[in-house]
Amino acid sequence: MTPGAPAGPAPVAMRHRLAERGVDRMLLLLLPAAVFITALFLYPFLYGLQLSFQPQGGGVFENYARFFGDAYLRDTIATTLWLGVPAALLNVAVSVPLAYRMRGRFRGRRLLTTVLVVPITLGTVLTAEGLLTFLGPTGWFNRVVVGLGLADEPVRLTHNYWGVLFSLIITGFPFAFLLTLSYLRGIDPTLESAAATLGAGWWQRFRHITFPLLVPGLAITFCLSFVLAFSVFPSAILVGEPSGETRVISIAAYHAAFEQYDYSMGSAIAMIMGVVELVVIGLVLGWRATLYRGSSGGRG
Amino acid sequence: MRGAPRPGAWLVWGTVAFFLIFLAGVVGSVVVNSFAVNWFDTWLPGGWTTRWYGASWADFDLPSVLAVTFQVAVLVVAVSLLAGVPAAYALARRDFPGKRALTLLFLLPIMIPPVTYGIPLATVLYKFHLAGTMTGVVLANLVPSIPFVILVMTPFIEQIDPKVEAAARMCGATTRAVLTRILAPLLVPGMLAAGILVLVRTVGMFELTFLTAGPDSETLVVALYYSVSAAGIRAQQQVDAMAVVYTMSMLVLLVVALRFVNPTQLVTQIKETPGD
Amino acid sequence: MSLPAASGRISELRLEGVSRSYGARRALDGLDMTIKGGEFVALLGPSGCGKSTALNCVAGLLPLTEGRILLDGTRIDTLPPEKRGFGMVFQNYALFPHMSVRANVAFGLRMRRTPAAERRERVAEALRLVQLGEYADRLPGRLSGGQQQRVAIARAIVLEPPLVLMDEPLSNLDAALRLEMRTEIRRIHQTLGLTTIYVTHDQEEALSLADRLVVLRDGVLQQAGTPEEVYTEPANRFVAAFMGYRNAFELPVVGGDSRTVRLAADGLALTGVRRGELPGTAVACVRPEDLTVTETVTETVTETVAGTGTVAGTVAGAGGGVAGANTLSGTVEVVEYHGRESAAQVRTDGGHPLSVKTPARLAPGERVTLSVPPERVLVFAP
Repeated sequence: MTPGAPAGPAPVAMRHRLAERGVDRMLLLLLPAAVFITALFLYPFLYGLQLSFQPQGGGVFENYARFFGDAYLRDTIATTLWLGVPAALLNVAVSVPLAYRMRGRFRGRRLLTTVLVVPITLGTVLTAEGLLTFLGPTGWFNRVVVGLGLADEPVRLTHNYWGVLFSLIITGFPFAFLLTLSYLRGIDPTLESAAATLGAGWWQRFRHITFPLLVPGLAITFCLSFVLAFSVFPSAILVGEPSGETRVISIAAYHAAFEQYDYSMGSAIAMIMGVVELVVIGLVLGWRATLYRGSSGGRG
Repeated sequence: MRGAPRPGAWLVWGTVAFFLIFLAGVVGSVVVNSFAVNWFDTWLPGGWTTRWYGASWADFDLPSVLAVTFQVAVLVVAVSLLAGVPAAYALARRDFPGKRALTLLFLLPIMIPPVTYGIPLATVLYKFHLAGTMTGVVLANLVPSIPFVILVMTPFIEQIDPKVEAAARMCGATTRAVLTRILAPLLVPGMLAAGILVLVRTVGMFELTFLTAGPDSETLVVALYYSVSAAGIRAQQQVDAMAVVYTMSMLVLLVVALRFVNPTQLVTQIKETPGD
Repeated sequence: MSLPAASGRISELRLEGVSRSYGARRALDGLDMTIKGGEFVALLGPSGCGKSTALNCVAGLLPLTEGRILLDGTRIDTLPPEKRGFGMVFQNYALFPHMSVRANVAFGLRMRRTPAAERRERVAEALRLVQLGEYADRLPGRLSGGQQQRVAIARAIVLEPPLVLMDEPLSNLDAALRLEMRTEIRRIHQTLGLTTIYVTHDQEEALSLADRLVVLRDGVLQQAGTPEEVYTEPANRFVAAFMGYRNAFELPVVGGDSRTVRLAADGLALTGVRRGELPGTAVACVRPEDLTVTETVTETVTETVAGTGTVAGTVAGAGGGVAGANTLSGTVEVVEYHGRESAAQVRTDGGHPLSVKTPARLAPGERVTLSVPPERVLVFAP
């Protein structure tokens, strides 16, 4: 645009009004990401949703009726929650005291956090394979247990509920710990010092100052840990008992879609899975919304 | 914190030690078994060998699996950076109507279990004859990767002062010059971190790849899953040899990653300031 | 894009009805202003008054909602910032963190494709001018706040731009550095004679630096003039308050003539200089340092302050031409020691709070009588 060459007043005003609301050409930068997510996430999701209402036989809600009518299918929800909720709760609950004690600087902090990252990168498949050998009837763990006289015969920890739970803890705990640690380090340490000058002991400082500021972060940590644990799939098959005790909902969905080739039923189960998970997360986040979530000083 | 250790400290360090021993046992079992001639009811195997590696290398066609893994990971990193960084820039710099809805759309793929959207996504990919191809695997892996790049890059861009860009303009820099001389150098550390994190996550991503891959587009983790679940056909040691190959490649990636990012960044976007 | 002033010297920058709205809020409302070549103009006002908006409009970083900006008669408000060729110094410096000091200063010249040899020379000269020659190879993150601000100034002036814009450049510095940099900015302006617009909320900074002040409030121009004009003859009660008339009494008008006016209510009576048309009530403004303590009473002992009171009284009587000094009495509530002087909060008998600056030593609880000559009281429409 050259000076003195006035652009038409109407388009300028329109453009200006839009720019004032933050709408200008910069928003085009959002386009590629939005297209990808819409095409690869939103569209398949909606496609799956409508597919779930087109069952291979019966009425519109046949898939859902079948799912909730058949105990073998219906119980997968409870099975999954019974694995995911304790795993996520335990991971968060153990992380808090550990992170609280390790939030300061100490020698080897970086090394320790690095070691803790290992299971995250190993992923569920390798962890499952390792657990089968380590916790198996002749594995090192049972040799120690029997050798120390803690049990008369090897403890059965694989191909059942416990194997899957261990797998969820090994992969989930480091994640929860590191997340908790970073939330904890976002709380200004002078707040605790201030409480100390007012006469609060370490437990009171933790109980009344640090913990309340940490809780919103813990809610997020729980949600992300829960997502991780809820989608348990390979370990439930490999270290669990996929046709019984650890028949989780993702196995049921996979089974329907790719072994019985009933995509409609598979999608329906996937939708139920998403809804159950979002309900749990919604409850936690709804509770979180009632807490103080403002600045907690320091970095964050 | 400092001073004489209290009982609480022992409990804490005890828990950590137990966890680490458990972890070492899990990884160690796999490694030891992969070198074992045979290992039954004893502490250590009866003899040592490396032949399982040769066997799994040939039987599982590892060279081509590794090549596929590498190609998928690099493509996913490249595309998710290309799409995610500009989006993160716009989200960091602009407030506009509908921003909350768009942010939610970008967050959902991270909050929903991969199996939930993986099954409908695989169905759609089958419809378009993309399932079982490498394109399909790459597309599926983009779903969590693009949001992840946005999640990591948005706070990173927010901490770059927009006045710096204004200052460059006042110095006479065109949009192109602002982009190449000011923004690009400032964004490189964040893009490097985001890219490496996406790489690690993509190589380790089981569910989506499992649901969309065909025989020619299996990544290492999926091949490993098939070999584990098909155990009994092949010697356990051979499966473990493959698992060690997987572990080693993940560890190499991890060591490379940790040169550029802080361990905490692998799980959060919060970047710790050095020397606090 | 050939600007008439690309070479560096301009004869005038004119703003005509420059307005900027954010939604329904008008941040800047029809600003008219002319800046002559070589002038140092300060835009002054409290935060949110529109001064930074005005500066960003001139810079091209914000589009105008209405109005025009003309540089030597050429319209520039439609040009993007990089085509205007102005230099700008930001409040938080906005140095390029990944470039050395030298590269930061050289950036603008590089963008203009200045030959390398000339560029080196001009950068060295600019760094010499801000006394940072030895830091040329450091990264900005390793410099102190004051040094960073010098780099930002060097970066803006190395281009010898037709116009230098400064957006509260000293507000991030501590008090001592602020004074030092103020002198520095003045010295650089005297050396190079670059036309400068300087935004600040600090009246002292504006008075000491600028050739001309422009006072804004809520996006509307309040007064423009030399520092002395604005300081001694503020145009309204807002400018007066900004120029140190901290005490304001809103009282009914009870009398007066063409030059003076008398306000009174609740035992408080003030005579002052009439400034403009006054309705039934008006506001009398008094500077804390214009109040003199004529008498202090501690418990029952009455004591006339020797010297100050009488001297001030005499000055008032001699310089006046208006009726005798105003007297106010009240009780001291808070005293702050400021070295040569003390600042005191006095509650008048009518209940008005009053700020006083006086060399007299006061103590809380004392009863004091204060006086102020009528020509030091300015009376404005409310």
